[in-house]
Amino acid sequence: MTLATSGLTCPAPIGSNDRVQLGHGSGGKLSAALLRDHFLPRLGNPILDQLGDAAVLSLPTGEIAVSTDTFVVRPLEFPGGNIGALAVHGTVNDLAMMGAEPRYLTLGVVLEEGLPFEVLDRVLAALAEAAAGAGVAIVAGDTKVVERGRADGMYINTTGVGLLHPVVRPAAHRAAPGDAVLVSGAIGRHGMAVMALREGLEFETTITSDTACLWPLVRGLRDAVGPELRVLRDPTRGGLASALNEIAAASRVGIALDEAALPVPTDVGAACEMLGLDPLYVANEGVLVAMVPATLADAALAALQAHPLGAGSRRIGTVVSQHPGMVVLRTALGGTRVVDLLPGDQLPRIC
Amino acid sequence: MRYLSEYRDPEVARSLVHQIRDTATRRWVMMEVCGGQTHTIVKQGLGELLGDAVEMIHGPGCPVCVTPLEQIDKALALAARPDVIFASFGDMLRVPGSDCDLQQVRARGGAVRVVYSPLDALALAQANPDKEVVFFAVGFETTAPANAMAVWRARELGVPNFSVLVSHVTVPPAMRAILDAPDNRVQAFLAAGHVCTVMGWTEYEPIAAEYRVPIVVTGFEPIDILEGIHFAVRQLEDGRHEVENQYVRAVTRAGTVPARSLVEQVFRLADRKWRGIGEIPGSGLVLRDEFAAFDAEAKFGLGDVTVEEPAECRAGDVLRGRLKPHQCPAFGSRCTPEHPLGAPMVSSEGACAAYYNYGRFREMEVVGRGS
Repeated sequence: MTLATSGLTCPAPIGSNDRVQLGHGSGGKLSAALLRDHFLPRLGNPILDQLGDAAVLSLPTGEIAVSTDTFVVRPLEFPGGNIGALAVHGTVNDLAMMGAEPRYLTLGVVLEEGLPFEVLDRVLAALAEAAAGAGVAIVAGDTKVVERGRADGMYINTTGVGLLHPVVRPAAHRAAPGDAVLVSGAIGRHGMAVMALREGLEFETTITSDTACLWPLVRGLRDAVGPELRVLRDPTRGGLASALNEIAAASRVGIALDEAALPVPTDVGAACEMLGLDPLYVANEGVLVAMVPATLADAALAALQAHPLGAGSRRIGTVVSQHPGMVVLRTALGGTRVVDLLPGDQLPRIC
Repeated sequence: MRYLSEYRDPEVARSLVHQIRDTATRRWVMMEVCGGQTHTIVKQGLGELLGDAVEMIHGPGCPVCVTPLEQIDKALALAARPDVIFASFGDMLRVPGSDCDLQQVRARGGAVRVVYSPLDALALAQANPDKEVVFFAVGFETTAPANAMAVWRARELGVPNFSVLVSHVTVPPAMRAILDAPDNRVQAFLAAGHVCTVMGWTEYEPIAAEYRVPIVVTGFEPIDILEGIHFAVRQLEDGRHEVENQYVRAVTRAGTVPARSLVEQVFRLADRKWRGIGEIPGSGLVLRDEFAAFDAEAKFGLGDVTVEEPAECRAGDVLRGRLKPHQCPAFGSRCTPEHPLGAPMVSSEGACAAYYNYGRFREMEVVGRGS
């Protein structure tokens, strides 16, 4: 690399501090500065601050849950959140869906050369806030920088460690006929917030992402329902329809949904109409589906509604023994249709 | 969702279903022409509500389903070229060509972009002057004005690197082809509301008179469709055969004159192959000679490509209402939404994909009751 010498004006001179450079991934002084100036002030804690080759954790006895997820959202920032908040919530929620209490996260970041530091700082601030809100500490991390054009601004991977409950073990294969199907809030918000921004669509109101940590809701359910908390799922990619199909297949049961009960916000519904999409297949990042015996449905709903995040929770259907492996929707007009898995991405329709 | 929820009101729907069942003294067979209407019928389970009063045959009005294989293959060839950015409506991406689809071309490095408007494709051409931008201009009369506008603007603005791969079809010749078939079962049509928003309904008056068939211009919401069916059943019971307009909030007899005029200035009628059906004379739109510079087939020398369709796919019989999708030997075995032989299994509006789901459910119901 040739550096600017006398008389030449370099567009990004050394010392210029507004964008990520390849040198920030070199392992040298710039790398140290990246950690010192951007990551550690926001994410630091006694374990991370050791900066050892590996984090040392002390855990109570019992079983732990481990989950990893990689985040590649474009655009990086969207109404209601950014990739940093998503990277915490996504992994923490995966742990919570096992009934596990999230405790620790690792953080791997791939930065694209040229990413403005102000974007990185906003992402890290949201990441730190989300981690604090979820009660997890970032205990290990890694950063890499790739050439411009080789990443969409930044990619994040997080791996989470959570403490499993000794007896409350929700799992996709435990749904049983007669169980009530509950959802904790409005569906379709995250996917439509991102899509509206990506497609340059403007509506009277801005759809905001629902990205949120679901652990408080799970803790409430765990206490209220106990071991009969049979299934928990956060319907992220593929939306509610895909999550319910996976549960129906894993439990070899049918699921009967009531269209009139589905919580589709007006703005999400309108945006979906315009783009020819079905909100049942649109991603959520702060909603959970729970299945509990019908006798415990009221207790479960009360527990969900006790937290602001679950204020909109409601029962949307029932697990049935008919049509195993299949999700069937009773339409608002009284007809029925099968809500199947999509063969691939949901594609906008022509007309 | 103002102006929409009114057309989905369960009480109104129930009342219309009762009226249809009370009016029908026998089982009538009618065809909804448009894929958007098929979508509503399937999504809302309207067929089940109508019971024995009416049998709905899903018509050939899904632009994804009827785009002929050779046009898909031309699209794939263009999209694979390194000098081309290929822009398309989203649901064309999964339509199988002879050996792959646009998504697979994209995965192999082809520049395939999903756009919501042909004018977005034109903007793409302006933003990428070193690339050729080709827009896949498919659809019925509904999408023709916007596609015509893109070509018109391209000439006006002088955008030499923009062109369109045209695969436009028109509804009235297809309705005649269905009615002319010796084994036709269709007794009435729900005409496509959005096509008529552009074109009006004067073209349908001779068809109704000549074939003595009721035609009801119908919208797309559940209440629209049930009302359209009710109008058609009333006509059939009365022995009338008129063009009636259910979609009064959007359609007038003359249609949208500026849009029609733009379409006529940019396109002319031509013979066109329909996937699964074959060639229907005078059923397609192609660019007029004045706009030949924007014709991707001429620009890239693709005009003489012809492709035969796989014999196993019976899409044509399905699209003409001769065969129920589940009666096709390949249905659900060698042809599924994951591995479609033909387009009706691909599109969310396609009759085969709709039956694939519904049929499986019915089978399960029977098993469930028996055990």
